[in-house]
Amino acid sequence: MTKLLILIVVLLGILAVAQLARVYELTSRLRGKREEEISDGDNRFNGRMLWLFVPVYFAFFLWLVLAYKDKLLPVAASEHGVETDWLLDFNWWILIIVFVITNILLFWFAGKYLHDKNKRAFWQPHNNKLELAWTIAPAAVLAVIIIYGLQSWAKMTSPASPDAAVVELYARQFDWTARYPGADGGLGATDFRLINGTNPLGIVTQESISTRLAELDAEIHRTDSLLEHGILAPSKADELTESVGRMRRNATRIINLRTLMEQDIAEKGQASAYLHGADDIVIKEFHLPVRQEVKLLIRSQDVIHSVYLPHLRSQMNAVPGMTTTIKMVPTITTDSMRMITKNDAFDFILLCNKICGASHYNMQMPLVVTDAKSHEAWMTKAMEKPFQAPPTPAAPAASPADTTQVAPAVVAQAHTTN
Amino acid sequence: MGATHTAHAAGHGHEAHHHEESFISKYIFSQDHKMIGKQFLVTAIFMAWVAVIMSLIFRLQLAWPGEGFAFTNFFLGEKWAPGGILDPNMYLALVTIHGTIMVFFVLTGGLSGTFANMLIPLQLGARDMASGFINMLSYWFFFLSSVTMLASLFVEGGPASAGWTVYPPLSALPKSIPGSGTGMTLWLVSMVLFIASSLMGGLNYVVTILNLRTKGMKMTRMPLTIWAIFLTAVLGILSFPVLLSASLLLLLDRSMGTSFYLSDIHIAGESLDHMGGSPVLFQHLFWFLGHPEVYIVLLPALGITSEIISTNARKPIFGYRAMIGSILAIGFLSFIVWGHHMFITGMNPFLGSVFVFTTLLIAIPSAVKVFNYITTLWRGNIVLTPAMLFSIGLVATFIAGGLTGIILADSALDINVHDTYFVVAHFHIVMGMSAIFGMFAGIYHWFPKMYGKMMNTRLGYAHFWVTFICAFGVFFPMHFIGLAGAPRRYYSYSEFPMFDGVVDLNILVTIFAIIGALAQVIFTYNFFYSIYRGPKAVQNPWRSNTLEWTTPVEHMHGNWPGPLPTVYRWPYDYSKPGKAEDWVSQITPLEHDEEEH
Repeated sequence: MTKLLILIVVLLGILAVAQLARVYELTSRLRGKREEEISDGDNRFNGRMLWLFVPVYFAFFLWLVLAYKDKLLPVAASEHGVETDWLLDFNWWILIIVFVITNILLFWFAGKYLHDKNKRAFWQPHNNKLELAWTIAPAAVLAVIIIYGLQSWAKMTSPASPDAAVVELYARQFDWTARYPGADGGLGATDFRLINGTNPLGIVTQESISTRLAELDAEIHRTDSLLEHGILAPSKADELTESVGRMRRNATRIINLRTLMEQDIAEKGQASAYLHGADDIVIKEFHLPVRQEVKLLIRSQDVIHSVYLPHLRSQMNAVPGMTTTIKMVPTITTDSMRMITKNDAFDFILLCNKICGASHYNMQMPLVVTDAKSHEAWMTKAMEKPFQAPPTPAAPAASPADTTQVAPAVVAQAHTTN
Repeated sequence: MGATHTAHAAGHGHEAHHHEESFISKYIFSQDHKMIGKQFLVTAIFMAWVAVIMSLIFRLQLAWPGEGFAFTNFFLGEKWAPGGILDPNMYLALVTIHGTIMVFFVLTGGLSGTFANMLIPLQLGARDMASGFINMLSYWFFFLSSVTMLASLFVEGGPASAGWTVYPPLSALPKSIPGSGTGMTLWLVSMVLFIASSLMGGLNYVVTILNLRTKGMKMTRMPLTIWAIFLTAVLGILSFPVLLSASLLLLLDRSMGTSFYLSDIHIAGESLDHMGGSPVLFQHLFWFLGHPEVYIVLLPALGITSEIISTNARKPIFGYRAMIGSILAIGFLSFIVWGHHMFITGMNPFLGSVFVFTTLLIAIPSAVKVFNYITTLWRGNIVLTPAMLFSIGLVATFIAGGLTGIILADSALDINVHDTYFVVAHFHIVMGMSAIFGMFAGIYHWFPKMYGKMMNTRLGYAHFWVTFICAFGVFFPMHFIGLAGAPRRYYSYSEFPMFDGVVDLNILVTIFAIIGALAQVIFTYNFFYSIYRGPKAVQNPWRSNTLEWTTPVEHMHGNWPGPLPTVYRWPYDYSKPGKAEDWVSQITPLEHDEEEH
């Protein structure tokens, strides 16, 4: 209510200003002044205001810089971040110089050369030398900016070295999941059709395929019998028919996937990505070792998200249907950063930076950067809970023929563990 | 060409005597370019208010997250703002529709529609547009499109909520956000209508400019407003069809089960059938329009400013040919820079480098324009009308926003500020504020031509100063919020302690936004009051050289009562040595051995 009153008062205030202006307009019209004639007084007032604006403008800018420079992002915690921070500062200095000079000239001239009916403006339609000069000058400055910028860009986007640690980040509405390679050192293949409660990333293994197929089968049966015997509203029935059709198609595709997997395993043997999924670590924690190059593989389950690590000056979109990558070398551990920022609660944050739905504003996961030793300890502990316990600890999946035969047993086992 | 013109003129004179226009043909289905221009303007002012109120609602939420406001509740009701607390889905919807309305309906339809229609025939010495009928259709498609967009606000799931860039899959899957249901369909239908309107308008502008210039109006004697509008129309014709295809493909993906943009999606417990599409394809198509769109918005404003600064500095625009050259360069380059919106989509880094290069090249013609404006002011004889102040304001915002663009164009630096408030600050200043200042400048300057009345100057000053200061008050602090890493399109920052240091800036921003919005009440009042009660205008109030000021104050069909004027000189003979007045109309013949300029 008070807010409404404030609004009414403000509106009345504006109307009062308007009416005052009208009164002024009427009296000046009585004196024979026309609306389009700008009086010297008005001209001077506005000219002085333009002059006054510049110090106020610069002071505002300066105040923002001084008051907030310590509240922006702390020192960059990655190797390329240190470089881009330097580049940013370098750019800032160029831009601020241009900003100050052009604004001073603009407002200085606008307020200085005010109309005088006894004077004429300087006749100067063009000046080729001057124009050439200020085409070349920005071109030269930009050349410097471009060269420095592209150098950094080339460095930060070059392929990661083969011994970089690989971590997968998987996005969905509205959380993040990380995946680390298990003891075999490689990440397994994935397929979105295998996603279910126990397999949030859709990792492909014999077991996950069988589980998902059984699940779909049960669901198709249930829906079919509902459609046959249940009393349903036509729209609901249509929806179910469509859904059951989709499940059937998915089941077919999963069976195709199994064939594909078997062929791949037959061809590549142990090198096949389909054999590396079971021991992957699927975890809702994000840990990186300090001073070790890391390559992030980024995927999404539903809509576009974006991996944004502001403290590491890194960002890359998570796009459904493709894998994007970035590499980085974290240089400061979480503990050191807590000391640097004098904030015991400090955490590196991974946040989603591409509009993705209602809870976009809270799609986050802390990143923990530790020294190599602590990281190893964390990994060892995490490896105790791989995505799937190996079917028989002694016998690794040796030949494709074996794997297919093992499958029913795996399904049975999965059911008991579930 | 001269002969056809005379014949055309005679034909018109003949008609004018014979039929009295009805209310409907004069005010509603008018084919007169001046009335169509005014229709665009009034529609745009209405749409701008809708978008401003939306921005106030989400600014309140950003400044005081989770608090209830009677204002919010008044507009959104209990469904979307229970107890006055904004719903997160509605927050995204408001951000989306605010952007869509401002970019397309106000700064494209409103700005180009108004001034292209108003000025092309008047400044070129034509009776009307090449096709009055298509011109009328262009407005009515725009109107239908506006109505469709507004209707989308009232559907069950709310309006489109995937951001004004409507990236799929978010915009394609109703399960991902409620606004992607009927609201999104209406958004796409509205855009299809809008594009049709824009194409009809644009083709008409180009044809008129190329064919209907009066005798003596060489391309190199055209006012810079027309040059800017010409390039704008060309950009629109070449880029809007791409958005049309992007929209149609998205409609197909949404309704017909195609997979242009969708692949490998598992949502709400179900794996979808879509396979093989790419969301990145949409982004390429969208930004192929989207970046030229920035210049579709900006160029008319720069053209208007060139005209107004020269007229009110009583000095020829400095470097007329360089100004044309830079417009052409900007127009060309704007087509090969779209990738700078996509540095972090996983695009090939080498391709990224190419876009860095082309994007930073645009800074050169832009810098030339700024330097030329400043030099035009140097040793001028400046009359600070409200239009002139807004033009100077445009140059200031163009500098401030243009410079931060250099950081965003540099891919290595863009990575850390991409999609943060730094970007919001940048494009609102360089595109939003510059274009809206150009639009205000144009309205104040050509109001006497549009309505035959004068707007109140004092209210114009009040409007300018409050708006100008608030523009910086709103958008300058956003750079700092962005440099702290705060993403755009966040409903609230309360979930992130890391932003605690800068969230108080949001309160400052919101206060400036409220004051700035109130200043627009002054403008709206001044605009509508002056239409009816403003003092009567004289024929050439600003002592300007261009042809529109040689027409009678009272509008007439066909613009000039007698034959069309003949042009003898360029439009910028202000303060020419040896002349009695400090202006020489374009229809004044060159004196014996007078040089053109």
